[in-house]
Amino acid sequence: MLENNSVGIVAPKTAHFSVPLTLKSGAALPQFDLVYETYGTLNADKSNAVLICHALSGTHHVAGKYTENDKYPGWWDNLIGPNKPLDTNKFFVIGVNNLGGCHGSTGPTSINPATQQPWGSQFPIVTVEDWVNSQTLLADYLGIQQLAAVVGGSLGGMQALQWTLAYPERVRHALVIASAPNLTAQNMAFNEVARQAIITDPEFHGGDYYAHGVVPRRGLRIARMLGHITYLSDDAMGAKFGRKLKDDIKYTFDVEFEMESYLRYQGDKFAGEFDANTYLRMTRALDYYDPALPFGGDLCKALAQTSQPAKEQAQFLVVSFTSDWRFSPARSREIVKALLDNERTVSYAEVTAAHGHDAFLMPDPHYHAILRSYLNNVKVGAMA
Amino acid sequence: MSHNIAQFRHDFAIIAGWLPFGAKVLDLGCGDGALLQYLQGALEVRGYGVEKDDANWLACMSKGINVIQMDLESGLSGFEDQSFDTVILSQTLQAVHNTEGIVREMLRVGREVIVTFPNFGYWRNRMQISTGNMPVSKALPYQWYDTPNVHLCTINDFDQFCVNCNIQVKERLVLTDNKPVTFMPNLMGSLAMYRLKAATRP
Repeated sequence: MLENNSVGIVAPKTAHFSVPLTLKSGAALPQFDLVYETYGTLNADKSNAVLICHALSGTHHVAGKYTENDKYPGWWDNLIGPNKPLDTNKFFVIGVNNLGGCHGSTGPTSINPATQQPWGSQFPIVTVEDWVNSQTLLADYLGIQQLAAVVGGSLGGMQALQWTLAYPERVRHALVIASAPNLTAQNMAFNEVARQAIITDPEFHGGDYYAHGVVPRRGLRIARMLGHITYLSDDAMGAKFGRKLKDDIKYTFDVEFEMESYLRYQGDKFAGEFDANTYLRMTRALDYYDPALPFGGDLCKALAQTSQPAKEQAQFLVVSFTSDWRFSPARSREIVKALLDNERTVSYAEVTAAHGHDAFLMPDPHYHAILRSYLNNVKVGAMA
Repeated sequence: MSHNIAQFRHDFAIIAGWLPFGAKVLDLGCGDGALLQYLQGALEVRGYGVEKDDANWLACMSKGINVIQMDLESGLSGFEDQSFDTVILSQTLQAVHNTEGIVREMLRVGREVIVTFPNFGYWRNRMQISTGNMPVSKALPYQWYDTPNVHLCTINDFDQFCVNCNIQVKERLVLTDNKPVTFMPNLMGSLAMYRLKAATRP
């Protein structure tokens, strides 16, 4: 059953790009596909397009269902639809799977035209900058010169920020949610443990496991279990599981506590549907993103590099969640401060939420009211 | 604190008179954003509000006001020295715990500072005290047990505070029922309005 404010039944589309894309690393993709979905209608002057950038494990399937019988809708369906906070009666919403992904856009599982084999270990490392560059090509493909907004949580928020830095004339609003201007050492450390779990799995085969007909399930599973711990707050885990037992204590290493059952379930589910090479690359993209690095770590200077007057540059909404310790409010405030120092148009909301980093995906009424009220102020041309 | 336009229109106009056209303004404890909305309309100020309350945050956003959600008590470390023409604390001083700290922070961030507060020395407040009760009025609408106000003060108190803290009072205006009061302001005035600058040290 579809709820009545759903975008309804949707279908992914593929955009093929036959011009080589040079990546930040210096490597180049000779050609590539981006798989994407759209919801709503592009208006007459093409001024109502909103790009959704996904985080670590997200996809282009942001809203709606592929069939009425789908168990789950797209990953941000609670936000996007007719009369929802990101209202598809007003906006033309684009979801895209990033390069290096495993859901249809060119990535490690794709065929390398040079070898006619899966790219595997040979697929280059992609960065936030590369993703944004490729997203602008998708915007060109769709005939959109300027986006009304770019919206992203976590790693997606970094892409929204990067849009404003690299293409200031092509985006009017950036919604940077539960994000950071770069990762802290602790945050990168979690990524390194996750990668080591995958890379040291005997079935990883240096990244060319496709040829061996295996996948490094154990590594990917542990990587995801670790991730889930960091996406929840201590309080949220306490409230959800506490010390609840599945059954009487049996003095074994099997699942005894509810929390273990949850982590194993999440790990197994993820290992069955996600590609390990993609996971490695997504975490690396997180690690590498640091727009202030060429400016001695000064984000204020990084934001000052565009020659446009502040008035004409993208306006920002920055949102953080009080219990998010992986992308803490303090990191969002760094972005806000750099914007304020540049006299940019910015609002900042710090949402009281118990769910930790996961809160950015939750349908919390106040959080959604924040996004709704901000998006109400985004001006777009007439629909017809 | 919420700003009721009908009630406080005159203090908004006085604040506008203390700002240059197009000023860059920071409004601390900006409530529902009514003052900033007024100043944007009257003077095309470039402004940000600072507000901790969720409902007020949404009220500001619905007016198209830039609003930064934070608690004033944690200071203004998110703002650079002398980065605003004017920092305003309108009818919020009495609810601030670290009063001296926040006023110093305002003088650090703003080239000028505007502070307004309900004068506890107003004769109606004194009357209520003299009959044995904490004052409750339009300007001080809370019961003693249910008030955000923690640092109520009189005009005399605040004058002394400025002397002690080496703060220069550029202008002071006192209002009662939206009309200026010049005769015995600490007794006859309901709302005190100060335009402040950091005094240059001798």
